[in-house]
Amino acid sequence: MPLTTSTILICAGGACISSGETSVKEALQREIKKYGLDEVVRIVETGCMGACSLGPIMVIYPEGVFYQKLTPQAAVKIVQEHLLKGRIVQEHLYKMPTGEVIPEAMDKLPFFAKQVKIATRNVGYIDPGNIEEYIARDGYFALTKALREMTPDQVVEEIKRSGLRGRGGAGFPTGLKWELTRKAKGDRKYVVCNADEGDPGAFMDRSVLEGDPHTVLEAMAIAGYAIGAQQGYIYVRAEYPLAIERLETAIAQAKEYGFLGQNILDSDFSFDIEIRIGAGAFVCGEETALIASIEGKRGQPRVKPPYPAQSGVWGCPTVINNVETFACVPPIIIKGAEWFRSIGTPNSPGTKVFALAGKITNTGLVEVPMGITLRELLYEIGGGSSTGKKIKAVQTGGPSGGCIPAEYFETPVDYESLQKLGAIMGSGGMIVMDEDDCMVDVAKFFLEFTVDESCGKCTPCREGTRQMLKILDKITSGEGTEEDLEELERLGNIIKDTSLCGLGQTAPNPVLSTLRYYRHEYEAHVKEKRCPALRCKALVRYVIDSSKCVGCTACARVCPVNAISGELRKVHSIDNDVCIRCGSCIEVCRFGAISKVSP
Amino acid sequence: MSKVKSIEDLMKIKEKALKELQLRDTGKRGKITVAMGTCGIAAGAKETLKAVVEALAENNINDIAVVQSGCMGLCEVEPTIEVRLEGQEPVVYGHVTPENAKRIVKLHILGNQIVSDLLVRKGEM
Repeated sequence: MPLTTSTILICAGGACISSGETSVKEALQREIKKYGLDEVVRIVETGCMGACSLGPIMVIYPEGVFYQKLTPQAAVKIVQEHLLKGRIVQEHLYKMPTGEVIPEAMDKLPFFAKQVKIATRNVGYIDPGNIEEYIARDGYFALTKALREMTPDQVVEEIKRSGLRGRGGAGFPTGLKWELTRKAKGDRKYVVCNADEGDPGAFMDRSVLEGDPHTVLEAMAIAGYAIGAQQGYIYVRAEYPLAIERLETAIAQAKEYGFLGQNILDSDFSFDIEIRIGAGAFVCGEETALIASIEGKRGQPRVKPPYPAQSGVWGCPTVINNVETFACVPPIIIKGAEWFRSIGTPNSPGTKVFALAGKITNTGLVEVPMGITLRELLYEIGGGSSTGKKIKAVQTGGPSGGCIPAEYFETPVDYESLQKLGAIMGSGGMIVMDEDDCMVDVAKFFLEFTVDESCGKCTPCREGTRQMLKILDKITSGEGTEEDLEELERLGNIIKDTSLCGLGQTAPNPVLSTLRYYRHEYEAHVKEKRCPALRCKALVRYVIDSSKCVGCTACARVCPVNAISGELRKVHSIDNDVCIRCGSCIEVCRFGAISKVSP
Repeated sequence: MSKVKSIEDLMKIKEKALKELQLRDTGKRGKITVAMGTCGIAAGAKETLKAVVEALAENNINDIAVVQSGCMGLCEVEPTIEVRLEGQEPVVYGHVTPENAKRIVKLHILGNQIVSDLLVRKGEM
């Protein structure tokens, strides 16, 4: 047994690595060695702890002290003070907006304390590179239980009774999918894990793969046993190199321990998993396109039916589930369907992981029970607006989802309630917008994304979305008409009804939902040629307040196009025909003399 | 690593790895604080710390946290350790050599009796 007094869990999720985790870890190692503590202090690099806005972060046990916003200098100080002398380093503790300092943030911060973790239960707590830590947290006990005590039919039944639904966005009942594939005729069957996470701002699948890769492998093996498959594929995008690296390590370890390969746990069941790396096309998250890509063909969707349950990889019956869905399976097998149903709502049992982004204080990753209200999620866990301005709306489901205005924040988060509002659960991205965000501009942003990512196979999606984008361009540049709004709605509904796959069928959602709730903003753009949020450049003018301008020339010097003129100590003026609305002058003016106006 | 073939094999790995993970629990029965000020380190506190951890491991004790502190002002009897068990008054021991550390773990932590020849102070300061 290792001899340790303190264990340091340092978050090695993607966000913390980008904010300098590696140099912090190296400083810790160096300093710990210098003081001869390397025999008794253990450093564990974990997956994402979720509090990305505070990174790099770490927790020191046994005290459970949470340190945030670390630097190599801070690491040196923490070794000298905390590890050597037992004194907590105050300046890197988490401070509440009230100024209160909280050393044991993991237990006490609302951000952590209000979460219920199932899919991410091990992420941020175990070393993802060490299979034994996964086993210590009941890892591979679910597979053992399934193989030893349950028939494949019982496994399918348990998942069915749990009410687990697909976490990739559509919410199809997982147990039903498994049952259909089990019953489908075929000598060979396949299990596929969809890890082609592509929504801008969503990273829950990456977090699970990086922080707890074994849970996905175990769940895939259970699915293989349940449907009668011997081979699994994980389709993961090349943009996730760390996830791929940790999956490769995990697969090698699982083979070494005998959880993958021939005669698993001395049974007749054999199962193997291979990684397939995708090139990052958004459409490959669509199951039939993903399957085509696994087969080495061009990643394009095809007409359904037949569904993958009948004809998937190489024409064989295939179960295809999302990473987060798989991550819920082992706890269901161990603790039972009733336990899972006791969390969440009757129609959407369990939890959902959300990635909070945009104008929100606690950006990062959270797992909450279904049925929690948007208000609880955004204000109590997310900490509310980060800009001091009122939150106006939240976009759920990324480019396939819709905008939900603040009036509806008491809505419970579940598949049906979000759909009723014209949004979708989606994979769990939540982008928060405040009063400075123009809803027409937001809709345009998401539509630009789908126009880029449309595969081009079917006309409504390829041509229709492009036409919609053209109209939005017209509106934001002040040339829109009222007929354009009608046309947007008509086109949007046609594209929804006639597109081949989920990408096209959901692409108009951002436009249709903003038209539904923020029609007055669209109308301001077309009727009054005005952008209420002051975002659309063509509809905004920059003006200098002559009573505030002291003639310091700071704005004129920073203007990249020389649109500002004026003599020293005299009021300046802006030529709006030359101005490119970059905003540099507003940033640099110390007197608050420059502002944006929309007629 | 031979392949896992039974639930017993799996339990064995779990029990071994769990000890490691329990160090990450904050709920403990008590803690041993080793004074690691300059004086303590000069008097050999690092060896004491190591001995404490080893003794706990040898006796399979995993509900006791081991932490370091600065000098507690008892420089003449260093190395010192403080033993704090739930619901009991804290006890400070002095001249804790590695051998003495092992004795303290055996007698105080396991046997719940105070090692009187090393006792420096009992009760809160």
